[in-house]
Amino acid sequence: MDLLRNPNFDFIRWRWHAIAFSLLVILAGAGVIASRGLPLGIDFSGGTLVVVRFEQAVNEHAVRSALEAIPGDKVIQPYGNPADNEWLIRLPLGGPEHDANLEQGAQAVIAGLKAANIGNFELRSQEIVGPVIGRDLQLKGIYATLASIAGIAVYIGFRFRFAFAIGAIAATFHDILVTLAFLAFFNYDLSLNIVAAILTITGYSVNDTIVIFDRVRENLRTTKREPLETVVNRSVNQTLSRTIITAGTTFLSVLALYLFGGEVLEGFAFTMLVGIVSGTYSTVFIAAAIAIILSGKHARGRPTQAVRPASGGRKAS
Amino acid sequence: MAKNLRWKLLVIIGVIALSVYAFYPPGEKVRLGLDLKGGVHLVMRVQTDDAVRLETETTSDRLREQMKAQNIPGTVVLGSPTEFRVEGISSEQDAAFRQLLTDVDVLFNRTPGAGGYAFTMRPNYANQLREEAVTQALQTIERRVNELGVAEPIIARHSEDDQILVQLPGVTDVGRAKQIIRSTAQLELKLVEQGPFSDETAARQAYNNNLPPDLEILPGTSEGQPGDRPSAVYYVVRRVAAVTGRDLRNSRPTIDENSRPAVNFSLNNEGASRFGNFTQTNIGRQLGIVLDKRVYTAPTINARIDNEGIIQGSFTNQEAADLSLVLRSGALPARLDYLEERTVGASLGQDSIRSGVTAAIGGLVFVMLFMLAYYKLAGFNAVASIAVNLIILLGLMSYLGATMTLPGIAGFILTIGMGVDSNVLIFERIKEELHTAKGVKQAVAAGFDRVFLTILDTHVASLIAAAFLFQFGTGPIRGFATTLTVGLLSNVFTAVFVSRTMFELALSRRQVTKLSI
Repeated sequence: MDLLRNPNFDFIRWRWHAIAFSLLVILAGAGVIASRGLPLGIDFSGGTLVVVRFEQAVNEHAVRSALEAIPGDKVIQPYGNPADNEWLIRLPLGGPEHDANLEQGAQAVIAGLKAANIGNFELRSQEIVGPVIGRDLQLKGIYATLASIAGIAVYIGFRFRFAFAIGAIAATFHDILVTLAFLAFFNYDLSLNIVAAILTITGYSVNDTIVIFDRVRENLRTTKREPLETVVNRSVNQTLSRTIITAGTTFLSVLALYLFGGEVLEGFAFTMLVGIVSGTYSTVFIAAAIAIILSGKHARGRPTQAVRPASGGRKAS
Repeated sequence: MAKNLRWKLLVIIGVIALSVYAFYPPGEKVRLGLDLKGGVHLVMRVQTDDAVRLETETTSDRLREQMKAQNIPGTVVLGSPTEFRVEGISSEQDAAFRQLLTDVDVLFNRTPGAGGYAFTMRPNYANQLREEAVTQALQTIERRVNELGVAEPIIARHSEDDQILVQLPGVTDVGRAKQIIRSTAQLELKLVEQGPFSDETAARQAYNNNLPPDLEILPGTSEGQPGDRPSAVYYVVRRVAAVTGRDLRNSRPTIDENSRPAVNFSLNNEGASRFGNFTQTNIGRQLGIVLDKRVYTAPTINARIDNEGIIQGSFTNQEAADLSLVLRSGALPARLDYLEERTVGASLGQDSIRSGVTAAIGGLVFVMLFMLAYYKLAGFNAVASIAVNLIILLGLMSYLGATMTLPGIAGFILTIGMGVDSNVLIFERIKEELHTAKGVKQAVAAGFDRVFLTILDTHVASLIAAAFLFQFGTGPIRGFATTLTVGLLSNVFTAVFVSRTMFELALSRRQVTKLSI
């Protein structure tokens, strides 16, 4: 069975439109983040998060008034499946006197709910992150991500061409920014789990990019006179069924995770869904396009220069 | 060729067997992280200043006693944790005073001032003390957690030098666990000079608001008759303890003469002889039993006591048991601050596992069915490599003792995705090669050969990324990097080696003219 037989779409023609479209999405995301701020989870902002499950249904007003006495900007919202009667309560970091006794906020929440007598409840989870840790996690997460992207860039630059490395890095940043934009649109808090998901899609996107670059490298070796644009376009078409199958299967299995994986996995799976779409799109329209643009309009360089001698084992056909 | 194939098959079966052995039975060998199993995760900072201050105090106290013994007038004043001053040394006493300093000068820098000296702890000694305080705190917490009977706890240094990470899987009574880990449990037996007073001002007034430097005021609880409401009182006690928790040999919960829960302790030989002399010379006076700077009881010494004592207070049975536990495991050298605390209820952990695993298995089954439908017989090959991949992953993770967390599962998903991708790449390439009208065997061989470099490139790039993430990341990011690394290695093995061997096996039996792909 073949998904597509000899596809021949002119993807590269649309590169400027694609770049403009991506910029639009990223700018819209930046706009939302600028006006509302990037919604940081307590992993990064610090604070207290308590999840409780009531035995019977409780309305929001009851929970809210039970916690009236606690100062600060509280977030009180239902959590997960409504039938579970679960509520999430989030408190910001307290002042310096609070830092000495981190548990205070969580204790006040439990005491408040007990005193209000709105039904028996079970403490499902409680997370308290002090200011020191929040800052630490934030910095280390950013450093780790940037360092790993730089490492990939050096490797691609070494194995392929410099312009390709730039294309791959641009695509990676594109995916991170688009994902952040969608997290902002849909108001998901940035947590450590979501950072793990972003790292996953970074890996996925780079994987996708390398597959196509590899094909370009191979085609550059066998065809001598075509411009880079044509070669890239043919490579994208040649790998198109693979791209669709891989992206499609991954997308559908993560969709299962998103729909049935439970509340803990929801934000994680959402990030992956956005990332898979963005990663597949960016390989064709960002990575390849930027590699072409940077190589000059009809540039293709002399084959010996453009292509490093492969490390053997491949016959030209 | 056939011999070659037999070897390959043996290698594959061997790897599978080893992996299964490593993770079987999964309930025991696959370690689940707190986010999946439930439990407590704590990050604490050791207030190393405490340990440094204690050393400065001890040194200055000893010096004060020596000055008293030699009749050298002068006052000792404590400053910051690393500093103290001695004032009012007359020039004729200066030589005699300096004779006392042989020990002090080893550890402190001395700067002369008007009629005295300022002492500052040498920085390398202070650093050594801080380092020791963290190590000691780590060991003490380890002993306490072991006594609590938590299975597979993690107690380790955390990123910064003075931070300690404690993970207690499966612990449900978080409050109690925290109490036990955190209590400093600094036991001191001190002579009570005067008291009890009803408030601190009264205690101060008894000394005309001029408390001698070798005394201190500590809070306590009144010892009324059983049933009386305890009220806060204050004692004036000697600053230097007769015996401290370091001389403790054992401690266990007991019942006092009013049959209330209490804690009994016994002293080692050195402590016992000091305590014996101390009680003998102070018969008729009050002994303050001080725990973490609080007087629990202040009984009158009726006779010489050698090696045993009792701590009374309004304890519940649980509190008495916990207190004896922390006393047994030794005092913390410094106070602990909590920086981070995460508690996941066991039920939430189980729920997230159940729904997560169900969804993940659903996704996998879907991918496998798709591969079978799309690639027909060759699809079996892909399904087999996914399965072998999973087995190797679980085996390696168990062998390394790595913990499965949510971010770790993210690494899993990426790996499986890349594994499927490798198969798709190879199959699509074989199809292309078949179109160019080569023989089936040649098409398969060419497909694998050509795609091998691509797979190598994608996997090496991801390995580089994983290495950086591991190097620079913290907890969950490291967990992700670990699974990713393990997964990438097993991927290259399954997608290239296992898959190819299976093709070769299928093609070796008969003359194949058409490939089901």
